[in-house]
Amino acid sequence: MTLKGFHILFITVSTLLALGIGAWCLWINSVEAAPVFRKGAIGAFVAAAVLVTYGVWFYRKMKRLRIIT
Amino acid sequence: MEIPYTVTARPDTGLWNAKVGIWLFLASEVMLFGGLFSSYVFLRLDAPPGAWPHGLLNVPVGTGNTAILILSSVTVVMAWASLKMRQLTRYKVYMGITILCGIIFLAVKLAYEWPQKFDHFGAFIKQEALEKYEPYLGNHHLAERGLPPRTEISGHLHNHEALHDETVKEYEVALDPVNADPTNPLMDRPHFLPLAHTDKIATIDKADVEYANMFLPKHSTYFATYFTITGLHGMHVLGGVLVFTYLWLPVGTKLYKRNPEHLANRVEVAGLFWHFVDLVWIFVFPLFYLL
Repeated sequence: MTLKGFHILFITVSTLLALGIGAWCLWINSVEAAPVFRKGAIGAFVAAAVLVTYGVWFYRKMKRLRIIT
Repeated sequence: MEIPYTVTARPDTGLWNAKVGIWLFLASEVMLFGGLFSSYVFLRLDAPPGAWPHGLLNVPVGTGNTAILILSSVTVVMAWASLKMRQLTRYKVYMGITILCGIIFLAVKLAYEWPQKFDHFGAFIKQEALEKYEPYLGNHHLAERGLPPRTEISGHLHNHEALHDETVKEYEVALDPVNADPTNPLMDRPHFLPLAHTDKIATIDKADVEYANMFLPKHSTYFATYFTITGLHGMHVLGGVLVFTYLWLPVGTKLYKRNPEHLANRVEVAGLFWHFVDLVWIFVFPLFYLL
């Protein structure tokens, strides 16, 4: 596997982690009702969206450049 | 002597040699960390109720460190892509950011997170003395709610000499909020955020203590596994930073001028290692900080 392939895998796992953190924050917020965890959930879901956008951009760019197989 | 297959693929493997080498190395690393993670999971599952700390680590700090490592993975790939496009200046910038991210991660770990633990004290109370320390443990309150009992009193130790001096018969501890106000329903759950220290001081007779120490690896199974796994991971981060720094220094530029593809391949191999180290952290973070 090339670095490109491993990077895409890593970004996928990181996205899953961000979604997991978001869900975890929502769960803690439902128990504790602390605003900091609600903000944490929003931040985590935004991070997940950013990672997905970056992953798509990276894949397209690498494909377009054709420098990296 | 010219080392073969540093740039071109070896006919029998279809890969240049360093790439075969790094994947064999990473396979051994998977076994190493896999064994440690398995040990952690089994030790935790087998721990008596209430004995395994939950929500002790600072989640915002851990999240920040996770973001730093993810950013460093992005920049190391950009550094490699820059070399492939023969843009040495951009490579230097991206690699510099990667090194900086690694240093920040280590600094947070070694200068903030770990010293906080080393500065913290915990005393496990003997079974027969639990009733005496009920005002700090709140076990009647916990029993009413069907929660596991507390056996540890923790906080900041005022008389450090008590740890080594046998003539000192008591520990003086500025209590953590959980022991200062143990019947507060808010203390029934893990917090995941740093709580303010209290001014409430408890005096604990050494004769009533089963075991007491600072939050060091020998304090408990939890801290032994925490320091082993995060310490080993930190050593891998340090190794990656050293390799990146070597490739970033003029020696890298010299290699680039002689054979840019060779430097790109070296950065790719180092980048694969870095991604693996970051991937390990992606598992360490939820396991230790959240769950």
